[in-house]
Amino acid sequence: MATQTSDYSAPIPGSAETQHATSLGLANDKLAIWGLIGSECLFFGALISTYLMYVTRVGEGPTPADIFDIPFTSASTFILLMSSLGMVLALAAIQAGEMRKFRAWTLATALMGSTFLAGQIYEFTVFVAEGFTLQTSPFSSSFFVLTGFHGFHVAFGIMMLLALWVASMMGRLPQQLHTTVENVGLYWHFVDIVWIVIFTAIYLIPAATSVTTH
Amino acid sequence: MKARRPRGAGSVGHQRRTAGRRVLRWAVPLGLAVLLAGCAGDNLPQDFLAPEGPTARAQDRLWNIVFWVAVAVFVLVQTMLVVVLIRFRARPTDTQLPKQTHGNVKLEVVWTIIPALILAFIAVPTVRLIFELAAAPENPVEVRVVGKQYWWEFEYTGEEGQGVVTANELVIPINRPVRLSMESTGQADSDPLGVIHSFWVPKLAGKQDVVPGHTRHLTFMAEEAGVTYSGQCAEFCGLSHANMRMAVHAVEPAEFEAFIEEQATPADIPTSGSAARGAELFTERQCIGCHAINGYEGAAARVGPDLTHFAGREKFAGYMLDNDINEGAENISAWLKDPQVVKPGSQMPDLGLTDEDTADLVEFLRTLQ
Amino acid sequence: MSVAAEHRTATSTRRNMFRRPTSETGFWSWFTTVDHKKIGIMYFVTAFFFFLVGGVEAILIRIQLAQPEMTFLTADQYNQIFTMHGLTMIFFAVMPLGAAFFNYLLPLQLGARDVAFPRLNALSYWVFLAAGIYIYSGVLLGGLPDGGWFNYAPLSLIGPNPTDILEAGTATSQHVSRMVLYSVGLQIAGIASLASSLNFIVTILNMRAPGMTLMRMPIFTWMIFITSFLILFAMPIIGVALWQLMFDVRYGTSFFNPAGGGDPILWQHMFWLFGHPEVYILILPAFGIVSEILPVFSRKPLFGYTAMVFSAIAIGILGWGVWAHHMFAAGLGPIANSAFGLSTMFIAVPTGVKIFNWLGTMWGGQIRLKTPMLFAAGLVGMFTIGGLSGVSHAIVPHNYQQTDTYYVVAHFHYVLFGGAIFGLFGGTYFWFPKVTGRLLHDGLGKLHFLLMFVGFNMTFGPMHILGLWGMPRRIYTYADGMGWNFWNLFETVGAFVIAAGVLVFMVNMVRSVKGGEIAGPDPWDARTVEWMTPSPPPHYNFAEIPVITARDEFWHRKYVGEGEKPPVRVPAGASSDHDPAVAATPDQSLPAHGPGHEGHADIHMPSPSYYPLVAAIGLPIMGWGILMPGAWQIGLLAVGGLILLAGLFGWVLEPSAEETH
Repeated sequence: MATQTSDYSAPIPGSAETQHATSLGLANDKLAIWGLIGSECLFFGALISTYLMYVTRVGEGPTPADIFDIPFTSASTFILLMSSLGMVLALAAIQAGEMRKFRAWTLATALMGSTFLAGQIYEFTVFVAEGFTLQTSPFSSSFFVLTGFHGFHVAFGIMMLLALWVASMMGRLPQQLHTTVENVGLYWHFVDIVWIVIFTAIYLIPAATSVTTH
Repeated sequence: MKARRPRGAGSVGHQRRTAGRRVLRWAVPLGLAVLLAGCAGDNLPQDFLAPEGPTARAQDRLWNIVFWVAVAVFVLVQTMLVVVLIRFRARPTDTQLPKQTHGNVKLEVVWTIIPALILAFIAVPTVRLIFELAAAPENPVEVRVVGKQYWWEFEYTGEEGQGVVTANELVIPINRPVRLSMESTGQADSDPLGVIHSFWVPKLAGKQDVVPGHTRHLTFMAEEAGVTYSGQCAEFCGLSHANMRMAVHAVEPAEFEAFIEEQATPADIPTSGSAARGAELFTERQCIGCHAINGYEGAAARVGPDLTHFAGREKFAGYMLDNDINEGAENISAWLKDPQVVKPGSQMPDLGLTDEDTADLVEFLRTLQ
Repeated sequence: MSVAAEHRTATSTRRNMFRRPTSETGFWSWFTTVDHKKIGIMYFVTAFFFFLVGGVEAILIRIQLAQPEMTFLTADQYNQIFTMHGLTMIFFAVMPLGAAFFNYLLPLQLGARDVAFPRLNALSYWVFLAAGIYIYSGVLLGGLPDGGWFNYAPLSLIGPNPTDILEAGTATSQHVSRMVLYSVGLQIAGIASLASSLNFIVTILNMRAPGMTLMRMPIFTWMIFITSFLILFAMPIIGVALWQLMFDVRYGTSFFNPAGGGDPILWQHMFWLFGHPEVYILILPAFGIVSEILPVFSRKPLFGYTAMVFSAIAIGILGWGVWAHHMFAAGLGPIANSAFGLSTMFIAVPTGVKIFNWLGTMWGGQIRLKTPMLFAAGLVGMFTIGGLSGVSHAIVPHNYQQTDTYYVVAHFHYVLFGGAIFGLFGGTYFWFPKVTGRLLHDGLGKLHFLLMFVGFNMTFGPMHILGLWGMPRRIYTYADGMGWNFWNLFETVGAFVIAAGVLVFMVNMVRSVKGGEIAGPDPWDARTVEWMTPSPPPHYNFAEIPVITARDEFWHRKYVGEGEKPPVRVPAGASSDHDPAVAATPDQSLPAHGPGHEGHADIHMPSPSYYPLVAAIGLPIMGWGILMPGAWQIGLLAVGGLILLAGLFGWVLEPSAEETH
């Protein structure tokens, strides 16, 4: 630190490292997706913290034990997890140059995501019909806002998957563009992983505590 | 730090040093003089550098330590800055570049560790006082404080307090700790839609926010009887935040007991003259919907301030307007006629009173000693 | 998606909504540009405009407070103005002024041709502008936000005028509208910041010139790097809080509403968890600027570069652990108050390191007191005062006295005006010749500094005293007899002196853009590579990408000598844009980004695009939708959403660069 004479004698780079298009050798897009995911972690972190703070503030409204249908949500969670597998297979297919297989798995992934989303919409509808609305209690507000924002993320992912599928059908997604698919995949996996955390926080923890109290 | 000059010491270097010293000779004392003169408030109402109770004094003692440390650092840094700028200024006679120093590990370690040590030295009494201030005192005068937009309600709880309710002016006995339990509500106690206020009487204690949905505590003590301590809300609470003021009157213990007795006595409701007509208007004009008067039938609402001994207060409308013999009547009538002009955002509605009504109501209110 | 898009160029026919804009000059080119330099200039001009708006608001505040019981403004006007002064200066002046410098200088300092995502960069600018327009549209829509910049709940939910809540009158809807403008407006501004922070992080990690290791980066670039990470992690937190506020205000939830079971303290935690890193987001860019200016004008390298980098990283990390020092009086309890008091004291250590290293940089140098240097030295002095009052805030028991008084107002103005604004003005004088090719007038610059320095200390110095004398902040009026009259009047005079300084600066700018002294590529004998390229830099920044062999690369190309001996200038004839070091080794120039970029004549730059602008227009339209009732709400949300999506789709389907002419 005292003197930086080392600067003077540093070797002039021209080696393999600097021949890369980027300094890190990692594509810009991918780096940006990782950055976005880092940011999203804090976004969902803040929403989940709010939820955990308010889960007991049910007011006059239903408690988690009253309202949640765990088998139903477990099933839709399973479908969302399987969609990650579909995403992996889609990426493997395009990397291998098997475009038809790629399109099939992309569509399957989007469909599984849509199924999850449909399940969420159904769940919301049932809740509202039972009188558990956005305004019922801090618990309900934080539940709807948390899962709703996750739903928006899933929807955005589905839009990107469908765009990939359409582009591929139109012949505008050549095999070299598998990095784009990889980036969409990173986002998709992240959205899935966040759901696992949310599912645990919302459905499993209260279920476990209610079992012990009964 | 030993200075290393770019070239051998010569007449130029000597000049540089004296120039620096010359600046120092007047700049430092002058700066300090201005600073001290500036800070010496002439016993101003809310000057917390002149504390007058044990809580505020303990807080001020800590400040004094930090202040002088800060002054030392301030003088050191600013002097160095001025000296460096003068001494190492470029000159037409410069022929070669200065030595390219990139850093000095020893020095950098020193100026990392010394501030850390100073801060550690300050941290100990800080933490101790935090805990001391949070402790509940023995045998305090207990007062429930409710912050409202835009005034303070004080309720003397505990047996000795007899449930007396006043507004904006807190009377306390000297040499006995006062323990406030503070809440914020909206219109009435049942209405939790309050906003955050902050209770602050600078000469007695630092502020404590009053947060809806929570009860917050504050302890302080006054030592001199016959003194009124000025305070005001310190957390932005809306249009008339600036008009949410208060006072603490410190009195002898005996006087305090007398005060409680007097406050607990129901008001004498006048039965004749314009004051009596004002008393009738109090019901007719719906004042009764918001204000309580002990001794007035049916007047028990706690939306606005309790008016039982209204005329005994120094000021009103959030300790804003004088309520004395000279200006009181004029101020009250201005307030009754157009409260939103006098105090924007106040919950006091414009009742559309005629001049005559107003005059009668003023008469009535001024009988509530 | 730029890599993807580049590949697509070769294979696809384009089916875009608009014909691709091609013009790089002229009026319309500003709307479609993706050039980081043009975007930087647009950021500067827009942010400076907002700085003037915020300044006018400050003057109005000072007039109202010049005397006790003034009636120049009503309470309602005052509350809107002081709120907007804070929001404007923080989110629409200082932050984007930082972004202006980031945009313009980052690729130049890295030896790159542009940022990693040029169109995302354009989007950031347009979204920032949209946010500013959106939030100020309150002037026409029933008023501006009026809850203070930290907008504590439940005042943000209830409003200042409870009688109107009872009657559900116009004042209620007016209040809702103001709070929606606050929550959605800042949300939109946050999107802009988030997008640029991602962009800058990727640019710094990936677009460095060959040989530029992280520890050879210019110190300003380091500060951008750290600031960008702070933005990346702070924005989502305030984002969530703002959504929750919006739902509370507009859709009746009770996140922060105690009447419905919520807790107002949650808002404070979330706000300050963002708000404290935000303070460093505002100040670190100025630190970086000063750390560039001091070495150049002292003719010495930055003292303790490594310590400067790591102290900034330490500030960036510790900045996440001190948020509750804004809430000492909120009643969190003695344990929390002690913990946050200690962490707050601790953060003074790395800050102190910076101050001493700056002094060390100047020590033993040959200091040229040009205007940039004056502002930089001014920052060192003034920020020290702000830092010391900051330490006094950490003394928790006394903080109970200081907080929410003018003492705090004095503190953060010494940090943000004496710190950030001085740094940004210094940077303006420093880099103006690079941007325009002409120098700002030094004499006017010195007058500007003098007026600023005197006015600043007149305005904000006495606020320390007023605070200690018990004057709370955010009061629109005060009683006579509190002892506050003299200093308040004095401060008002000071505010006009500052205004005169800003006026001198504007005259200087206007005068120098066309008529200033020609600067040449390197007017200050500077040290970093942005000074190697002509002023103003060509569209492609560097004809040949420099190879970096040292920190202060450019300096080492100009001067030789190491160790104890003073360096000697490289023999005459070596002008800076035909540097012998480069000329001797032409084969070392490497392609900027990937294939297709080799060679001077064939430099391949991203093409202009409409889509960032289109996408940005969608956001405020959606925001206005949230304000509206019934069908209007759905309609505007749908229209705005469609415009946004159209912009994004057009963007994705459009290659980042057209095939060359």
